[in-house]
Amino acid sequence: MRAGDATRAEVCVVACAEAWRGDGAILASPMGLIPGLGARLARLTFAPDLLLSDGEACLLAPDEHTIEGWLPFRSVFTVVAAGRRHAMMGAAQLDRYGNQNISCIGDWARPRAQLLGVRGAPGNTVNHPVSYWVPRHTPRVFVDAVDMVCGIGYDRAAGGAGRFHDLRVVVTNLAVLDFATPDHAMRLRSVHPGVTVADVVAATGFPLAAADQVPATRLPTPAELRLIRGRLDPGGLREKELA
Amino acid sequence: MSADDVAAELRPGMTIGIGGWGSRRKPMALVRAILRSGLTDLTVVSYGGPDVGLLVAAGRVRRVVCGFVTLDSIPLEPHFRLGRQAGAIELTELDEGMLHWGLLAAAHRLPFLPIRAGLGSDVARVNPDLRTVRSPYPDGEELIAMPALRLDAALIHLNRADAAGNGQYLGPDPYFDDLFCQAADRAFLSCERVVDTAALLAAGPLQSLLVSRAMVDGVVEAPGGAHFTSCVPDYGRDEAFQAEYAASAASPQAWERFRSCYLSGDEAAYQEAARRFADRAVAGT
Repeated sequence: MRAGDATRAEVCVVACAEAWRGDGAILASPMGLIPGLGARLARLTFAPDLLLSDGEACLLAPDEHTIEGWLPFRSVFTVVAAGRRHAMMGAAQLDRYGNQNISCIGDWARPRAQLLGVRGAPGNTVNHPVSYWVPRHTPRVFVDAVDMVCGIGYDRAAGGAGRFHDLRVVVTNLAVLDFATPDHAMRLRSVHPGVTVADVVAATGFPLAAADQVPATRLPTPAELRLIRGRLDPGGLREKELA
Repeated sequence: MSADDVAAELRPGMTIGIGGWGSRRKPMALVRAILRSGLTDLTVVSYGGPDVGLLVAAGRVRRVVCGFVTLDSIPLEPHFRLGRQAGAIELTELDEGMLHWGLLAAAHRLPFLPIRAGLGSDVARVNPDLRTVRSPYPDGEELIAMPALRLDAALIHLNRADAAGNGQYLGPDPYFDDLFCQAADRAFLSCERVVDTAALLAAGPLQSLLVSRAMVDGVVEAPGGAHFTSCVPDYGRDEAFQAEYAASAASPQAWERFRSCYLSGDEAAYQEAARRFADRAVAGT
């Protein structure tokens, strides 16, 4: 098996996994199928200390079937407040400083489209590391200003709100982005194989910082591909999330 | 008491807290009793699921206090969406943790509790009455002062209870059902089975006794009372029926069909109609 055979979805799984590299024994909370595969891949390879839940109240040991702990929602809130968590959330809208909207589209008082609500995004972003996963990178998602700030971006992370604020990466179907610029504006970190910088710029509704030479997102290793295809997602659901 | 007796204890305009989480262990039999009653103008505090959606669809809700409304396997609650998009309901939109803190403050009879969640976000913009508080200690940190969410009544559904109101959950997560009861002036518990007190500890460990009779004002035996939400280990979510419910938001006609088919009779009629739906689904017709 050659790593060059990896599909875009598999590149995304590995890019998501990389978000949790070096996090240690904290709760990884992936939202979405590909982030979920990424978190599991990270734990099976380079981030073995991560904690992962079954989506309900059980923490599953690294063998993925032994229950190693109990984590009801009331305890999740304490883990959030304690900062012992790195969530990868979705985003209906994101702006250049990482303000995220999952609540509603249009005027909040009477939205054109009611979505989930703010959920835990306000608390997550002021308490612990947060990354985002966007399966369809378009100017409708990457907007100049979001309609309702749920997860807060770097421009709002002043004072107490900034004490534990730590946005890490945004993984999309096209690229990996981060906030490693002087004013924490979003920056193109890498483009997935087969994607050009121009493709990403055209799909982004605000000016995107980028170096002269943007590297390619790394390919999965043969061992990672074997885990993704043979163990984590033998049914190939990952491809549908990008379809 | 019966579910209808519970509804009769409630009044229009009340603030009602509803236990469970999303489409999980919701006191749906009690919600259906509210639908049969004349109650309107309610403020509903909930980790929202189809409890909120049904009450909104039936026009019983003035305001929803929540961080989300979801059917879990169907991420967006369709009737809540319609209500919001039509401007038919008011909304107090809070971070999930702020909702927890508001209930905890109410349970502890505190005016507010400080919390970091909400700082910098538009939760402050859409809740103009929300205030911050500065730590009186040397750190001087500014935090959100989450006001107590005091409830007129709480409604929860558990797996087992005794007739006095000692209630037991047997699934993986207690959610916040005990806190809803403690934040409320009056709390009503429905359960799958009312059993002798001694039978409670035969069914689960000491820690599964979530609420005590001191926290509960009325007990209703309601088998299938969380349907179509999950009530593990007694039953999981009825996904096929939930999809039928979600489809009822497609048009006023679809809602009227759903209402007349499932919500026009008493709880026994609902359970019978749900059984017939399941039989049809199995038969593939």
